[in-house]
Amino acid sequence: MTSDNPVLKLRGITKSFGPVEVLKGVDFEARAGEVTALVGDNGAGKSTLVKCIGGSYSVDGGEYLFEGGPVTVKGPRDASALGIEIVYQDLALCDNLDIVQNMFLGRESLNRRTRTLDEADMEHQAGQALAALSVRTVKSVRQKVSSLSGGQRQTVAIAKTVLWNSKVVILDEPTAALGVAQTAQVLDLVRRLADQGMAVILISHNMLDVLKVSDSVAALYLGRMAAQVRTSELNQTQIVELITAGRSGSLGLIPEGAAA
Amino acid sequence: MSTDTNTRDVVAEHEAANPAANVTALIPQTLGGTFRSYLRSVRGGETGSVPAVVGALILMVIFGVAQGNFLSSSNIVAIVQQSAPTTIMAMGLVFVLLLGEIDLSAGVVGSTAAAFGAVLSVKHGMPWYVAILGSAAFGGVVGLFLGWLRAKLAIPSFVVTLSAFIAFQGVQILVINSKSNGVQVSDQILHDLYFGRLAPDAGWILLVAGVALYMLVKLVQNAARRRKGLAAVPLAVLGLRALAIAVFGGVFVYLMNIDQSVAWQQRAGIHQQGVPWSSVIILGLLVVLGFTLTKTRYGRHVFAVGGNEEAARRAGIRVMSIRTSVFVLCSALAALSGLILAGQLGGVSTGDGAGNTLLLAVAAAVIGGTSLMGGRGRVVDAILGGVVLAILQNGISDLLQGNNASAYELIIEGAVLLLAAAVDSVSRRARR
Repeated sequence: MTSDNPVLKLRGITKSFGPVEVLKGVDFEARAGEVTALVGDNGAGKSTLVKCIGGSYSVDGGEYLFEGGPVTVKGPRDASALGIEIVYQDLALCDNLDIVQNMFLGRESLNRRTRTLDEADMEHQAGQALAALSVRTVKSVRQKVSSLSGGQRQTVAIAKTVLWNSKVVILDEPTAALGVAQTAQVLDLVRRLADQGMAVILISHNMLDVLKVSDSVAALYLGRMAAQVRTSELNQTQIVELITAGRSGSLGLIPEGAAA
Repeated sequence: MSTDTNTRDVVAEHEAANPAANVTALIPQTLGGTFRSYLRSVRGGETGSVPAVVGALILMVIFGVAQGNFLSSSNIVAIVQQSAPTTIMAMGLVFVLLLGEIDLSAGVVGSTAAAFGAVLSVKHGMPWYVAILGSAAFGGVVGLFLGWLRAKLAIPSFVVTLSAFIAFQGVQILVINSKSNGVQVSDQILHDLYFGRLAPDAGWILLVAGVALYMLVKLVQNAARRRKGLAAVPLAVLGLRALAIAVFGGVFVYLMNIDQSVAWQQRAGIHQQGVPWSSVIILGLLVVLGFTLTKTRYGRHVFAVGGNEEAARRAGIRVMSIRTSVFVLCSALAALSGLILAGQLGGVSTGDGAGNTLLLAVAAAVIGGTSLMGGRGRVVDAILGGVVLAILQNGISDLLQGNNASAYELIIEGAVLLLAAAVDSVSRRARR
């Protein structure tokens, strides 16, 4: 997959809840091997957009293209069948299970002959997934998740997506609750995830994180895509302006009333 | 900014020179290491079987000192037999408790199901296996209904099963439907569920086969781990565990095989010896249910739903089916427990299984180490707790005499349940 062809491409996506139009024709794309930051103020429609991508919400209008072809995503199962994984902010890990058990939850591998859980195989694969992401913070894959720090939990949730050969990984505020050192670790992880060839969509409120790790920035403003620009062409002020005003210099939405 | 990139380069170089190792389980490779890591986990709040085992030992010492015949072989056999109904009910409750639910109706439903089985046997002349299957099916259907109410209608299990606790006392009267307020069981096999004993040799054969099977399974698992390049449990630790099981089992079988018949009975060829059938049933259930809980996808999903329902749902687990299934399992095992109790009492009377039958079974599971809050529990917990409670009941009923004996007995049993719940809460806090 060349980076000229986005894995995920949305065109003119609209979504309303009753009379409230939350997404007003959003264009968005995510490329393999890249981190695409999705930014926007509260209520700009980030979560709605993510839920539309993940199939939790069905879109009202617009085009949903996956690997170049139009697809209809009617539920979370459709999305995961395509290879789209969402790591939610609350992580959804079971505290009473260990790392391996959590990573394989719902998709446990079974021994071919006895149809019992193949713990050795799962442990092996989990170890490989963590090694592929150069994870060094985990001592034993048989640790209970309850004994892990916030950053380690995030690591487990992210490593899970490697295990399932996902094509698009959406991370919802992965660093929101973390300290400085752990944030750095998780951002490294996000970068490595993209280096593995995945299209990573990073939702974040932290401009430094966005500038540090992303390849392109998509800024939502009141249900519209203000701009999707290469991160290298942006600075922090411009991102903040895109988020708060929907435009920054020549970038962004054309102000209403000033029709071109 | 430049210092930042410099540090990152240094880190990157270091990481390139030392690629991340493939992490596996951290399994101590020496006996001492295994022991130390066990101590650490106990101190960290993973108390496991420790409270139950320590409790059983303390109680045995106290009662042994207080009454000379407490530790006689016949009394030990009695304790083992008395623990059976509670233990089997507790085994079902472990599954319910793992989801953080409760089944207050298991005692009454169990005895109602047993009454159903007894009626099949006595009034309809059905063979014993039909009675047992009918009884278990009765329990299963009731459990399906309770589980459906909990899972589908989202009524709290406390309310659902409390209602069933009351209602099934009525159903029990209807099922028994007799002026004498009871059905007497005449079938010998049904009696033997409680009183039956294995031939002495069969006990030894079972022990040897059991230890051999345990060792075989562990070695096969270890070999599978080694093939994948994973850390495996050292052979010495495995051997020691097998040895411990063999020694404990050997003492158990030896004690059970001591002939308790008196001289004239022995002259007449009557012997009272051998491992109780109920112990064999419990062992069988331990293997089957333990396997289900730890080695199958279903068991893993039970733990997941008990740990984080939302995570389980997102992982595609059918939470509602899991929730319903544990009530089916619990009620079916309660039926078996009720049948064994009926074997002990010679039948089912109205009111059996009410009172504190259920709470004792809950206490057994919790004393063994199963959490009341869900997510943590083992099948073997039911056995450990069941034995502790049987020791307690047996010892107290002999120790306390006089008018208020039963009053003190109730107070002590209540206090023990509370103590077990307190240990559960404290150990949960220690883990945080």
